[in-house]
Amino acid sequence: MASQEVKLLGFWVSPFSIRVEWALKLKGVDYEYIEEDIFNKSSRLLELNPVHKKVPVLVHDGKVMAESFILLEYIDETWKQDPLLLPQDPYERSKARFWARVAEEKLLEYSFTAMCTHGEKKEQALKSAVEAAEKIEEEMKRNNKKFLGGESIGYLDLAMGWIAYWLPVWEEVGSMQIVDPSQFPATTAWSKRFLDHPVIKQNLPPRDKMLVYFHERRKILGGLV
Amino acid sequence: MANTSSTTDVKVLGAWPSPFVIRVRIALNIKSVKYEFLEETFGSKSQLLLQSNPVHKKIPVFIHGGKPIAESLIIVQYIDEVWSSGPSILPSDPYDRAIARFWAAYVDDKFFPPLRLIKSAQGEEKAALVKQVTEGLDLLEEAFQKSSKGKAFFGGDRIGYLDIAFGSTLGWLRATENMGEVKLLDGAKTPGLVLWAESFCADGAVKGLIPETEKLVEFAKLLAARMKGGAPPKQ
Repeated sequence: MASQEVKLLGFWVSPFSIRVEWALKLKGVDYEYIEEDIFNKSSRLLELNPVHKKVPVLVHDGKVMAESFILLEYIDETWKQDPLLLPQDPYERSKARFWARVAEEKLLEYSFTAMCTHGEKKEQALKSAVEAAEKIEEEMKRNNKKFLGGESIGYLDLAMGWIAYWLPVWEEVGSMQIVDPSQFPATTAWSKRFLDHPVIKQNLPPRDKMLVYFHERRKILGGLV
Repeated sequence: MANTSSTTDVKVLGAWPSPFVIRVRIALNIKSVKYEFLEETFGSKSQLLLQSNPVHKKIPVFIHGGKPIAESLIIVQYIDEVWSSGPSILPSDPYDRAIARFWAAYVDDKFFPPLRLIKSAQGEEKAALVKQVTEGLDLLEEAFQKSSKGKAFFGGDRIGYLDIAFGSTLGWLRATENMGEVKLLDGAKTPGLVLWAESFCADGAVKGLIPETEKLVEFAKLLAARMKGGAPPKQ
């Protein structure tokens, strides 16, 4: 079999590039990881993703692709071995895609904003984040398997994985609580199981460095968000 | 192929001006699927809408055999996957799919949002929005040249996912040119897209779904009047 060249451009603390790494590692796909400094973008990154100038970017046999959710689907369609990331049933697939977007566009956006702001802006963002978390909690409760993908990690677990590890860091940095374990038992239990998975556990950025990084981001973005 | 009798188990909750709703109807037409179109009354949300899309409370909602699905592009993919014997909407090659999805997401995240703001913007703000949209069109022209490979559509010989995602915004694109007194789709700058737009709107699956400019302009005025008159309508 001809060797397949896979490269992933990422950033050490980006939940977006890390979720793509998780997918590649779960599937056992070899790839070259290229660390990009997103604050000092290389000409390579700007060439490969001129539209958004962001990581992650996946290059497979010279084919260049971007946008993490799109990359997860590409990976699943190209490397058909286990774990199958997207559900087989079309209705379940549509639900996975739907909830991935809810988590990204509502919970992630509002949580990050709440972390970076103060006063009324923070209160509003916090409220919206909690509302989103409550909807996700309902979905978590409805799922009675080990992961959202079933017995193995799937697309929705990867899409929401940041909740298990980045969100607690943001809560600490922002001196706030969004996913209170007593109010969100299903999400909390899922988070523990997710982080306990050997592939995930071994592919997380160091927490102490994350705290430093996000404290810095909070300071810089403070007035702008 | 809207069928207003209630004998089908395929329903679309929507409204005629919405490009997102239009996407779903085009997809169903491509697959020759009969459906019941339930038009939401402007300014209010039906019980069925609130029940079937409690998270966003937005149209379109697709209901198949009682099961609701929301988000237009998610619905279009669902339709493609369920009615798999009909003409394909997404490309078959994973890379082509990734590219089609990329540009469809671009339309939703970067192209349509500034477009819809132009009609009520002025001065510098308007100029900035117009610039965003025309730059977007330049990018989409490039994408079209790469994707179509000399054929009529992004999808090749037949309309596909990206044609639907982008083409559904053509009604508002033209209405915005009219209301904003600005030329956006310019044959001198994006000749491929101009031809594509004509072919798209004339396609059998699309005919009749892209609202006429005058109707959209009238609707936009109604919308603006409502927002000035009282509490802004929640959409």
